[in-house]
Amino acid sequence: MAATLFQKVWDLHAVRKLPNGQTQLYVGLHLVHEVTSPQAFDELNARGWRVRAPERTFATLDHIVPTLSQARPFADGMAETMTSSLERNCREHGIPLFDLASGAQGIVHVIGPELGLTQPGMTITCGDSHTSTHGAFGSLAFGIGTSQVRDVLASQSLAMSPFKIRRIEVNGRLAPHVYAKDVILTIIGRLGVKGGTGFAYEYAGDAIDRMSMDERMTICNMSIEGGARIGYVNPDETTFAYLKGRRFAPQGDAFERACAWWRSLASDRGAAWDDVVRLDAQEVAPTITWGINPGQSVAIDTPLPDPASASDADRAGMKEALQFMGLQPGQRMTGTRIDVAFIGSCTNARLSDLREAARVVAGHRVASHVRALVVPGSQAVRAAAEREGLDDVFRGAGFDWRGAGCSMCLGMNPDKLEGREICASSSNRNFKGRQGSPTGRTLLMSPAMVAAAAVAGEVVDVRQWINPSPKSQA
Amino acid sequence: MTELPRIERIAGPALVMRGNDIDTDRIVPARFLRAVTFEGLEEHLFEDDRREAAGRGATHPFDDVARRHAHVLLVNANFGCGSSREHAPQALLRRGIRAVVGESFAEIFFTNALTIGLPCVTASHADVERLMTIADGSTDAEIAIDLKAGRVSSGSLSADITLPDTARHALVSGTWDATALLLENYSDVEQAAAKLPYLQGF
Ligand code: SF4
Repeated sequence: MAATLFQKVWDLHAVRKLPNGQTQLYVGLHLVHEVTSPQAFDELNARGWRVRAPERTFATLDHIVPTLSQARPFADGMAETMTSSLERNCREHGIPLFDLASGAQGIVHVIGPELGLTQPGMTITCGDSHTSTHGAFGSLAFGIGTSQVRDVLASQSLAMSPFKIRRIEVNGRLAPHVYAKDVILTIIGRLGVKGGTGFAYEYAGDAIDRMSMDERMTICNMSIEGGARIGYVNPDETTFAYLKGRRFAPQGDAFERACAWWRSLASDRGAAWDDVVRLDAQEVAPTITWGINPGQSVAIDTPLPDPASASDADRAGMKEALQFMGLQPGQRMTGTRIDVAFIGSCTNARLSDLREAARVVAGHRVASHVRALVVPGSQAVRAAAEREGLDDVFRGAGFDWRGAGCSMCLGMNPDKLEGREICASSSNRNFKGRQGSPTGRTLLMSPAMVAAAAVAGEVVDVRQWINPSPKSQA
Repeated sequence: MTELPRIERIAGPALVMRGNDIDTDRIVPARFLRAVTFEGLEEHLFEDDRREAAGRGATHPFDDVARRHAHVLLVNANFGCGSSREHAPQALLRRGIRAVVGESFAEIFFTNALTIGLPCVTASHADVERLMTIADGSTDAEIAIDLKAGRVSSGSLSADITLPDTARHALVSGTWDATALLLENYSDVEQAAAKLPYLQGF
């Protein structure tokens, strides 16, 4: 019978039916970081349980790591405490830890794929809502809270109920300087921040098929901003080519056998999706948020909506957002003066993101009133970028070039907004206070748009800012 | 292991937190995640919102001394969206909140709350508004939630609530902390793992 990838992978990992009707689901890969795990390890230890599958568990440091001086002990005492707590827990339970000395440290959703840990057909959990990123490989990957982290550590499984599947087909060609980030912001804008509740999003269509793994990860990453705990793309040759030769990917004959199995997992033609939504890629413009949730966005050349003409349910939220942001209905986002430019996060801090941003920045200077920083998603991204000389491009333009981590995506380390600063950010959340200042303001956009805003000192339409490159003219 | 309480009925005065899409960064700002325990988190519930309210001379619901003993939290739609931080429901529970009634909840928040025995039940927009009006009118008005009957009531108001059967079963049978259940038949877990191509060299 025709089935979706979701159904195939779910059935394969179903251990048994629990008394309450939920499914006990086997977890194939569990990723751990320093912020959501200490209480889980404490409870595990208090109850005298062991980590069941330390060989299926991998840890790294990302949320609290300083990105300037990374010498130990950290100047930030709490960062030091949380780091040593994770180190101790990993040591005691035999969990591999990709720490700062490993050369493989980074944002958990960047290093999983990069190391080849993330593979099609797996169930993947992590105490972090952006675990949906890993679905780009055709895995079922979702964020969990600390008590469920404890469950997975103790039993390598979880109590779960199945999701409905919404297929989101994106067909057609993206215009030059329109990126995966713009596609996902557009999808969330249309379906709403709670439109995906109860759903797994299956992204498909020829525009998704043409995307690189980095781009697919950007899309799946932000599924949760649309309320969908899971987002995935059916695995294909692009997926396999990305995985080939990676450290934890199958090698030699096993890789060939793996590809055959992975191929068989893709949703069958005629599978029963609970809902299908279509988007024309040509309609997507560079997109920017103006509000305090990721669904409050506009195409860069469009005026801001007016709460007066919004639905009753949306009006209060829109008014609150406009007031917090200091924006007016009907105005355009272009020309909004920015104070900070942040290129980073699990959404957009991979090598291809840094390349796109560097193309915009090359030969320019960051505006004198703007603080600009690039925080690569991982040590490996940073090293690869340095081999291409991207660090020189950014530094030469006046950007800070930092160590890998979450940084100003959530402001748990010293990288924060101050006061009411406005930040052009390649991250994924524009919630009030998200970037470390309760009154700080975040504008979400693609890395290329952040780079252009950094140089211009204000929000610009990246299409008008840079001359079309030879690639985009092709 | 000690038996978990069966959670069937929650009753008490309520606290009203109006607004759609209240995210977990607002419930507990990230700087309070700089800790290795959940202790004391209740102090920081809605901290930035509370300061902002105080700054304009208003009283945030979580600063209202008359509501200090509230057991029920009333919210609108998509409460708890965003970050998966369990710190959010942990802080609410530590503050004394024993149930949340709202129009809808973000999924990870809902599950995190359930796993620590904090039921999140949904009611229609109109009923939530009625409950909010009742709570606004009196700090002592008792709101009672009967999970078995699927009803919420206060004074003369009685309305339907919904909760997935799986969650209801877990709460009323005292199995909302699933770890023991998951460890019960561990050989089944091993058998499931043995079928997985990626654990068997493909
Ligand atoms: S980069 Fe931001 S969104 Fe991603 S895991 Fe880190 S804090 Fe979360």
